[in-house]
Amino acid sequence: MALKKKMESEVIEKRISAWQWLLMAIIPLSLLFLSLFLGRYVIPPKQVFQILGNKLLGFHFIPTWTSSAETVILQVRLPRAIMAALVGAGLSMSGSAFQGMFQNPLVSPFILGVSAGASFGAAVGLVLELPVLAVQGLAFLFGILAVGIAYFLAHIYKATPILMLVLSGMVVSAFFQAMLSLIKFIADDEEKLPAITFWLMGSLGSIKVKDLAIAVVPISISMAILFLLRWKLNVLSMGDRESRSLGVNNELIKAVIIITTTVITSVAVAFSGIIGWVGQVIPHFCRMIVGPDHRVLIPATMLVGAAYLILIDNFCRLLTANEIPLGILTAVVGAPVFAYLLRKTKGGWN
Amino acid sequence: MTQPKIVIQNASFGYNDQHLVWENINIQVNERDCLCLLGPNGSGKTTLLNCMNGTFPLKNGTILINGKNIKSYSIGEMAKTIGIVYQEHSAPFPYSSLEVVRMGRTPYLGMFETPSKEDTELAYSIMQDLGIGHLAAKSYTQISGGERQLVLIARTLCQEPEIILFDEPTSHLDFKNQAMVLRTIKRLSNNGMTIVMTSHFPNHVWKIGTHVAMLGFNGMVMQGTVDEVMTEKYLTETYKVEVKIYETETDKAKLRYCEPIFE
Repeated sequence: MALKKKMESEVIEKRISAWQWLLMAIIPLSLLFLSLFLGRYVIPPKQVFQILGNKLLGFHFIPTWTSSAETVILQVRLPRAIMAALVGAGLSMSGSAFQGMFQNPLVSPFILGVSAGASFGAAVGLVLELPVLAVQGLAFLFGILAVGIAYFLAHIYKATPILMLVLSGMVVSAFFQAMLSLIKFIADDEEKLPAITFWLMGSLGSIKVKDLAIAVVPISISMAILFLLRWKLNVLSMGDRESRSLGVNNELIKAVIIITTTVITSVAVAFSGIIGWVGQVIPHFCRMIVGPDHRVLIPATMLVGAAYLILIDNFCRLLTANEIPLGILTAVVGAPVFAYLLRKTKGGWN
Repeated sequence: MTQPKIVIQNASFGYNDQHLVWENINIQVNERDCLCLLGPNGSGKTTLLNCMNGTFPLKNGTILINGKNIKSYSIGEMAKTIGIVYQEHSAPFPYSSLEVVRMGRTPYLGMFETPSKEDTELAYSIMQDLGIGHLAAKSYTQISGGERQLVLIARTLCQEPEIILFDEPTSHLDFKNQAMVLRTIKRLSNNGMTIVMTSHFPNHVWKIGTHVAMLGFNGMVMQGTVDEVMTEKYLTETYKVEVKIYETETDKAKLRYCEPIFE
């Protein structure tokens, strides 16, 4: 009898098979590999293999290529593709964590004002003509600051109700957007205004190895923490009252989720500008495929998000001679897809 | 004499300083009791329930659970001792019912832990025990209100608590679903679970209650066993409307019920 019960409960559980996981992991990896071959600067595939073989696997092919080909692959395409994977995975995971926490399948990872804050920070840096690293630093700091303000505004009676978080996020976003407009208004419209405008459109075009080295640690650690908290997201999404009665320290878990997602999103925004619609669309899309259980959803969004952003970034590089900013394409693709998913799932409640 | 499960002493509560919802409440709940809290809308039944598991802190007085002050319980410890079934709940995501029941194992899991196979088995066997095994794969958002209530009861049992609180478990339910939920609560009570439940239906007290506490505005009207308290006098006093009690017999048992009298 005990054996029979066990089998029944296992049959009832819809499991994602090892094959499906493998497939989900292979897609971003092969896209990443593929993107090393793509670009305006034409390098024959054979040479790409040989360059990679020499540098990564220790082969000794005799160079038949220019040193700039090597630079393009190892210093430009590789860090860029890895950053796309990192940002795509990070934004998607943050999105699904926020959707769980806010108990709403339509929430974006920018709901607490991180993008508005970061945009303002970057604009200040650009207007003051600070070096790139300082612009990134300001974007990061103001992203964190905006969320910090939203969190403390929402904190009442020793708790942070979800509704208060949403509303204070709106307030903070509105404030920083107004400040951003002010900066744009006073910025010199020959050079600085276009610089700000381009930055806001989002791009991975100038990612270097050292950017990647800075971004990879905080994003990976935060993603690992979110991954470990995936079961708590299920419980948290049942509502504060319910999860507390199930023994969950809501405030602690919420704070950890807000901190980790904010680290991910502010680092992502600092290096790549505003890339919208990834953190909303990917979790929603994944929920349709693997179901609402965050234990499965969180790793799935990570893999699919990485694949998606690598793919879109390749289109950005290849579609036109002048790169299309990434944020434009993610919105152009994301918004209609989101609309389709909305119609199809009727708001995601079933 | 075993130790009482819940002791509430001189308790008062108010959402703000000016107005107290109730004051000087004294209640004792013993093991295997099924205490029903009756009272008109706004008398603070649900508030009292929320104080019993520490969700709301009292303004004055103390609550002892198993002889230990409620303030010294951690959130996790409380969840292992007291389970609560709230009156209405809907989830934003279509989790399977089994998933929802399994959430009852949360107090036994560490911060970064996920439920094991054993947890899943326990959840499923509890569902089968309550006769809702067939709901396991169904989406929690697509089952009926009564079924959802049973799923929540299963989830609470999954917490392996010593006490279960029910907040109006039968409101919003039709007769069949009411019967389904009440029968389940009755069974838990017969199996030795300590239960406190609020209700808008005095008739349900005769069906499943062992003890009754009636909350009027700003305080207790009467408490005691069902026979002591469920009288026309006290019901009339509590609800501020004339209440008559009737008796009838079915082929199985004697049945008592009450009706408000008005034009």
